[in-house]
Amino acid sequence: MARTRTRPDPEPRRPRTVLLVLLLAAVALITVDLSGAGSPARTVASTVLGPLESGANRLLSPFGVDTFATRDRLRDENAALEEENARLRGLVASSGVDRKRLAEYDALAQYAQAAGLETVDAHVVAVGSAQSFRRTVTLDAGTARGVRQDMTVLGPDGLVGRVLSATRTNAVVLLLVDADSVVGARVGGDHELGMVRGDGSLSGSGRLTLDVLDREAVPKEGDTIVSWGSRDGVPYIAGVPIGRVEKVVESPRDETAEVTVAPFVDFSALDAVSVVVGARTGS
Amino acid sequence: MSVGRAALVGALLVAAVVVQVSVLTPLVPTGVAPDVVLVVVVAVGLCAGAADGAVAGFVGGLLLDAAPPSDHLLGQWALALTVVGFLAGTVDRGSRPSWFSDAVTVAASAFVGTSLFALSGLALDQPGVAASSVLGVVALATVYDVVLGLAVVPAVRALLARLEPTPRVRW
Repeated sequence: MARTRTRPDPEPRRPRTVLLVLLLAAVALITVDLSGAGSPARTVASTVLGPLESGANRLLSPFGVDTFATRDRLRDENAALEEENARLRGLVASSGVDRKRLAEYDALAQYAQAAGLETVDAHVVAVGSAQSFRRTVTLDAGTARGVRQDMTVLGPDGLVGRVLSATRTNAVVLLLVDADSVVGARVGGDHELGMVRGDGSLSGSGRLTLDVLDREAVPKEGDTIVSWGSRDGVPYIAGVPIGRVEKVVESPRDETAEVTVAPFVDFSALDAVSVVVGARTGS
Repeated sequence: MSVGRAALVGALLVAAVVVQVSVLTPLVPTGVAPDVVLVVVVAVGLCAGAADGAVAGFVGGLLLDAAPPSDHLLGQWALALTVVGFLAGTVDRGSRPSWFSDAVTVAASAFVGTSLFALSGLALDQPGVAASSVLGVVALATVYDVVLGLAVVPAVRALLARLEPTPRVRW
């Protein structure tokens, strides 16, 4: 049997061989991950790199690097509050307790209950870049603080997304604007149900698209969209504000409407969020 | 590559991943952030040759694939950056390094790397990868990477040279 060469070569590795081996390894990895067996590697990487990310972000924060983000958020919040105020004033002015108003109270009550739920506060410590074509962020709270997969993540203004995966110290959140995100939604005033999808925009706050299940009832501009909620609040609890209908483009020919929703949350300036850990379904 | 050098490159890659996802991406409002890992891989390729560049690219890409906020397939960045490290390593190293050749190499590598990632996403039908958005992302990323490369490539070269001076240092 031929003995393997142990003589130390001056140029021990041929670059092309190395390239070929590594490319094959990468393709093999992709194949393995496509079949859904790649999560152990992610868990290991998250366990090691997650705390580093938290640390790097903590080092950064004293320099006040998100001043702009905060100011933007305050301005948005101000605008949202003014709109809300005007809407509520209009509501008070209108007479009679109709079904629409009842539904709105219902949504508000559900949200109040949701606000009283057991939550874990967390900070966004890392953001996926647009080069990866996804909208995901890392939080500095993990299973050690009760965060599990498929929990709802709330921002100060509304729904942020859901937890994709969690390790002991960190969790990965899929944002609403990601192309892969779908949330069951209720059009605020009415009882209309629909699906809110992310448009996959890679920067800024992004826009959401609402598919209304009942083709007859098309929402109006300015309507508030809240989450529908799933069984046991997994992955989304009910009654959380998502956004406001910004534009409705109706096409009479195929009797559909394209509804664009502006989210309440500014996804380009996420910082403090809360994860709902003790989810009870409302009503 | 000696053990010391390999350890240094490994540490650089880990630091690059952390800086990229936790420091630069939250700071940049465009969503597209400088690819720190890609630039470090190019620097390693330029200084240490094609084989070491490819290995550094594979390791750096794997880190980027598995590091927390990522939700794309494992191996996508590994594939793209392996090619990037190899290509950067094939650039003629006999000549004296200049900032211009560094910039051109980084630009070409950034274009190839981000395009390869996007193409693998398109080929595998991954969500979020739309042909319409790819070109803008790749162009912006290339510009960012060239600017970052002007600082990072000389720094990595100096670090590697300090750790293990190459025999032929006289010009």
